Amino acid sequence: MNWSSYDTWIVLTGALCAGACALPGTFLILRRMSMMGDAISHAVLPGLAAAFMLTGSRGSWVMFAGAAVVGVLTALFTQWVNRLGKVEESAAMGVVFTALFALGLVMLVQAADDVDLDPGCVLYGSLELAPLDARLFFGTRVPRAALMLGAVFLVNLVLVIAFYKELRISSFDPELSTTLGIPAGMLHYGLMTMVAVTTVAAFESVGSILVIAMLIVPAASARLLTDRLWLTLALAVVLGAGGAALGHVGAIVVPSWFGFADTSTAGMMAVAAGAIFALCLLAGPRHGLVSRVVHRLGLALRIAREDILGLLYRLEEAGDLRRARAGEVASLMRSAIGGGRAVTRIALADLRRRGRVTLRSGELRLTPLGREDARKLVRSHRLWETYVARHFALPPDHLHPSAGRTEHYLSRDMRRAIEDEADLPKRDPHGAPIPERTNEPS
Amino acid sequence: MSAGPGGRESVIGAACWRGLGCGRTRVVGLLGALVIVCASTSAAAQASFGRSKSLADTRLELPSAAQVADVLLLREYNTRVVVIGTMLLGLGAGVIGTFLLLRKRALMGDALSHATLPGIALAFIVMTRFGGSGKSLPGLLLGATIFGGIGVACVLLIRGATRLKEDTALGIVLSVFFGLGVSLLGVIQKMDTGSAAGLESFIYGKTASMLVSDAKLIAGAAALTVVGCVVFYKEFSLLCFDESFARSQGWPRLLLDGVMMAMVVMITVIGLGAVGLILMIALLVIPPAAARFWSHRLGPTVLIAGGIGAVSGWVGASVSALAARLPAGAIIVLTAASAFVLSMIFGVRRGVLVRAVEQWRLRRSVARQHLLRAMYEAEESGAAAAGVGEGALLRARTWSRRALRGGLRRARSAGEIEPGDAGRWRLTEAGRAAAARVVRNHRLWELYLVTHADIAPSHVDRDADELEHVLGAAMVEELELLLVRDESRAVVPASPHAL
Repeated sequence: MNWSSYDTWIVLTGALCAGACALPGTFLILRRMSMMGDAISHAVLPGLAAAFMLTGSRGSWVMFAGAAVVGVLTALFTQWVNRLGKVEESAAMGVVFTALFALGLVMLVQAADDVDLDPGCVLYGSLELAPLDARLFFGTRVPRAALMLGAVFLVNLVLVIAFYKELRISSFDPELSTTLGIPAGMLHYGLMTMVAVTTVAAFESVGSILVIAMLIVPAASARLLTDRLWLTLALAVVLGAGGAALGHVGAIVVPSWFGFADTSTAGMMAVAAGAIFALCLLAGPRHGLVSRVVHRLGLALRIAREDILGLLYRLEEAGDLRRARAGEVASLMRSAIGGGRAVTRIALADLRRRGRVTLRSGELRLTPLGREDARKLVRSHRLWETYVARHFALPPDHLHPSAGRTEHYLSRDMRRAIEDEADLPKRDPHGAPIPERTNEPS
Repeated sequence: MSAGPGGRESVIGAACWRGLGCGRTRVVGLLGALVIVCASTSAAAQASFGRSKSLADTRLELPSAAQVADVLLLREYNTRVVVIGTMLLGLGAGVIGTFLLLRKRALMGDALSHATLPGIALAFIVMTRFGGSGKSLPGLLLGATIFGGIGVACVLLIRGATRLKEDTALGIVLSVFFGLGVSLLGVIQKMDTGSAAGLESFIYGKTASMLVSDAKLIAGAAALTVVGCVVFYKEFSLLCFDESFARSQGWPRLLLDGVMMAMVVMITVIGLGAVGLILMIALLVIPPAAARFWSHRLGPTVLIAGGIGAVSGWVGASVSALAARLPAGAIIVLTAASAFVLSMIFGVRRGVLVRAVEQWRLRRSVARQHLLRAMYEAEESGAAAAGVGEGALLRARTWSRRALRGGLRRARSAGEIEPGDAGRWRLTEAGRAAAARVVRNHRLWELYLVTHADIAPSHVDRDADELEHVLGAAMVEELELLLVRDESRAVVPASPHAL
């Protein structure tokens, strides 16, 4: 592929659009109003038509004003239907934006039959053509769309920085913000105005679909990566810009893999943003699916290890070492704790590797290290049973399951606290001895 | 609670219109609304009468009476097909949309219908690659259905597996899938084989050129939807109103959800070609939202929603048959939207007017009881053997002279008070009995707060002031059992604090 300054401008325009959208988009997500961008970008149609009808011109500023006003009115009407009619917010949004869109269609057909206000242009935009419409800016020819989106990006950035505290508090805790005297309603409509202006500014050049994608998708990706708000905002901007670059390259490259010509850049930018989101969804550090699965597997393994140790300890205690054979343990594990065969086998191997258990001629034995760990676990288990039996009126056969869960996360301090209770018996409610405290290192 | 609108508007105004330097924010906000309403009514007027007053347009002519009759009586074959098709679509979408709305998934149709686009485009590409025409309807519908299903699954996955909320999941699926669809359409446009001209109709709709086969397809889908909703009526309503109960009763929640979503996918995919994307969303959302104002019960709501959808379809198709320049899909939505506005105002169960009247009545009755209690307490304090003066009543609580006089006038015509000497007022027998009941409620509640909630006697008056109006007979009886131990049950207890 041949990269030219033309392509650079396209990517830059897309990136500026992404940046301008990501800032209000993050707050839309936090306020559970993600669909507002969708609603506004559809609902501005009557604004465009009305601006044209009133002035008879297709002047950019007139259209811009018309669309922005209707965009804010969309938020206003949604609020009215929501509050006055007690209609759920998303349904109210659906009612308002579809009705406005239909109205816009009718007005458009009436007024602008011979004018190029074709809805397709609104939907897809014409990002590929953006560099053709260039203006002189400090001596360089800069696409008009890039100038406009750059300006919107800067304004949004300044506004977000200026009202950062207010936006943050009112997004996360509306009640607190009200008690602190931050006017929640004012902020809401301020944000809606920001969304409306950004949407209108952006879809003229990049199409409404890309606007919706850029408002929501990078911000959602960022939210999966971090818990800090400022980092979410920064990441959203960066990821959006990355999506724009990736999308443009993808629009040229990907179809050629299948033997097709290049395709719509705006569409591919949305797809690229979606791909980045999917990546974050899978591989995010804390909220990602993979890390969560790994974490859960690790936990399941740890519990299985501890259960095996506990089992061996009890067998030792009962002098029943003949049953401590590997196969026997697996079936005991299954019947007593419900652990799967595979997990048990991996856990056993893990225990041997860690020197907690030895396997000699088919018999499992606890090493001193393993015995120490097992002792701690059984201690936790029996202490907890004793504690629960003393303080809650539960029948004895209900104590075991609860202790079976609690034993894995009862901390040393908790064990001490239970132990420090006056006249702790030496045996648990089932009559088994509670292992003595040793010089617990952990 | 009821102060919502006023407060809202001023806030809105301050936020949005400050830039315009307008002080009377509320007025401007309303003006903006008015402009839109005017525009919509003028569009509606053009729609219903076909008479054009718009700027440049003279081509829209009033249809003759014969034409109108032709359309209304469905004499023309083409009109008949279109009208029946859109009516059925409105019916089916309204019925399933009600469940969608109650499930708080009103915008699911939005994401879903956007998500079908890549399916349509991909089906086209595949079919042309394998030498087909590329526009065979079953193939396109299959592609749309598959991607619609994938879209719904993605929404559920994102919502269930991450901390992102439903609205974000919808927005992501909608935009990314649609972006994919647009990219695929871009590919198709540059393909040398076959033209993609017809595919766009899935976005904008082509109601006026509906074929008999389309109408049959819609009829089938609508019938299936209605039958499905009847068969699963109990299960769906359980799912909508109490999901956790459904789960605890062992209903296959996911399966039922899947059936519901499958019906939504089906009606959406089939409707897309008929009325277009946005308008299909409208048919799923607006009629159910409008129907909710008319009934608290699920059955009637479903029926009304289906009815509104069907009527919208009929009106829209008829109007557009009369005036070719009015797009049918848009008129259908505008009809439904008008029905929504009318329902929101006049709906007999949750409508704005009904609720306003209820609130007004409540305020009236509260004011009456306040007056009675004030009279009673003034008489009780003994100073007013000759009746209670307006001045004394005005001091009894914060109310305006006007409100007090209105209350006195109404109480007099109700026979609860009578004029005494020198402009004073006395309670009649009936009035005293009614007042005694109110005062009794008030003091019982005060006593309860003092003895059982450990609240200081000086702090109980305000709370009791609100509760005295709503204490039911059963509650009063319980309070009596709890508080009044001596034989004086029928008597008004003494106030725990100075009056």
